Amino acid sequence: MAEVSRIIPAPTPDAESAAFWAAASEGRFTLRRCRACDRAHWYPRAICPFCMSADTHWVAASGRGVIYSYSVMRRAPIPYAIAYVTLAEGPTMLTNLVDCDFDRLAIGQSVALVFVPSDGGPPVPMFRPVV
Amino acid sequence: MTIKGRAYIAGAYEHPTRKAPDKSVAQIHAEAAIGALADAGLSKADVDGYFCAGDAPGMGPLSMVDYLNLRVKHVDATDIGGSSYLLHVSHAAQAIAAGKCTVALITLAGRPRSEGSSGTQPRAGNLTQPDTQWEYPYGVAVVNAYAMCAMRHMYEYGTTSEQLAWIKVAASHHAQHNPHAMLRDVVTVADVLASPMVADPLHRLDCCVVSDGGGALLVVAPEIARSLPRPLVKLIGAGEATKGQLGGDVDLTFSGARWSGPIAFAEAGVTPADINYASIYDSFTITVLMQLEDLGFCAKGQGGRFVADGNLIAGVGKLPFNTDGGGLCNNHPANRGGITKVIEAVRQLRGEAHPAVQVANCGLALAHGTGGLLGTRHGSATLIMERE
Repeated sequence: MAEVSRIIPAPTPDAESAAFWAAASEGRFTLRRCRACDRAHWYPRAICPFCMSADTHWVAASGRGVIYSYSVMRRAPIPYAIAYVTLAEGPTMLTNLVDCDFDRLAIGQSVALVFVPSDGGPPVPMFRPVV
Repeated sequence: MTIKGRAYIAGAYEHPTRKAPDKSVAQIHAEAAIGALADAGLSKADVDGYFCAGDAPGMGPLSMVDYLNLRVKHVDATDIGGSSYLLHVSHAAQAIAAGKCTVALITLAGRPRSEGSSGTQPRAGNLTQPDTQWEYPYGVAVVNAYAMCAMRHMYEYGTTSEQLAWIKVAASHHAQHNPHAMLRDVVTVADVLASPMVADPLHRLDCCVVSDGGGALLVVAPEIARSLPRPLVKLIGAGEATKGQLGGDVDLTFSGARWSGPIAFAEAGVTPADINYASIYDSFTITVLMQLEDLGFCAKGQGGRFVADGNLIAGVGKLPFNTDGGGLCNNHPANRGGITKVIEAVRQLRGEAHPAVQVANCGLALAHGTGGLLGTRHGSATLIMERE
């Protein structure tokens, strides 16, 4: 797991997301995929946002992606980088970029998943640049 | 059914306060309502419809209707953030056209300045929202959600910070004439770029003000509008949309204006080239640039070029915008700038804007709002109004 000094608020799992956060607690990053339209989506839902099928299921995800966009929040007690990362499996997810020089981030950069501890909850998926 | 010509904006009032620690939020709503009624020449007893959004205290419209002690037969508390009040104008026109009410009051008020609100602080939102758990841990504030749109726009289209700065420069040229504006000093592109970086690539001067205040509108049936001594401002087109993360097909380069704008233009039977004045939601400079593109004032990707060199300054450029100084310089009451967008458009159509910024022969105006967060999920509402 990566270390960041900013305190990460704990996500609050619900009935629909409990399995995701349970997997995250075991270090596994999963995506929700629809069997009817054969597409993965984000954020994970029981009902496919593309075709409304209820035939969705959890699949293991690669944790690889590229930066779609980002912004370094300079006006914060501890600056941090918010980002959208487009996953190798297709969907683009909101996240943070960690373990990096904020001034050298770039759209299009390849990134890999790291789980970062949250404040009293399951670890949350974040990404760090890979060379 | 169309709303074209079925309703008029007969009253418009912007509360002059920008800091109101000594007033309650309900009180500012009421003071704004009093102002709009006086502006229209109507009284409390004439109001038979009431509209408000999430800034109103209490459940939907219930507390405010009770506080004002109104007797109404139509209410609507649709909340799409700062764009709610433009949508309310449209919904009020629909209700009037359907015979459900004849005088609709819309109010907004809030005290974010007194309460220490800032767009740099992450907001948890409601934990029962399906999206909160996927966003709150990452520190989604307001400003960084817009900043990511700017970053992507720059990447795809070569938009520059200098071009974004021109939007603030134009707003400041207008605000210098508004005695109520929070920021009245004219600024330059260099000033904007020299202001502290808040969230890359947005500087402090790319952001709107945080102000206490409020506003109110009265949307009325045609026969009532014609009975009043005010210039006639007719609603001729309206569109609304919401846009989110599209199931993961995220595209930060466009806003819901791409969908709400064409609906409004088609209903009005006019094109962007016909518009004499535009109120464009300006939570941040990037908000303006993207909406101008999406509404069709220029091609997608050309917004930077379009706003540069003073093109949005009244008397200088081709498209005078936000001649009150907008949210960027004048007022962003309750962190929701939608109602002031309509109010300044009404002033322009009546010929009651400040003489230094009044558009000559202003016959056709557009007002557009983006509410919520441009970079996660937002509402869009477009209005087209005509001087009759």
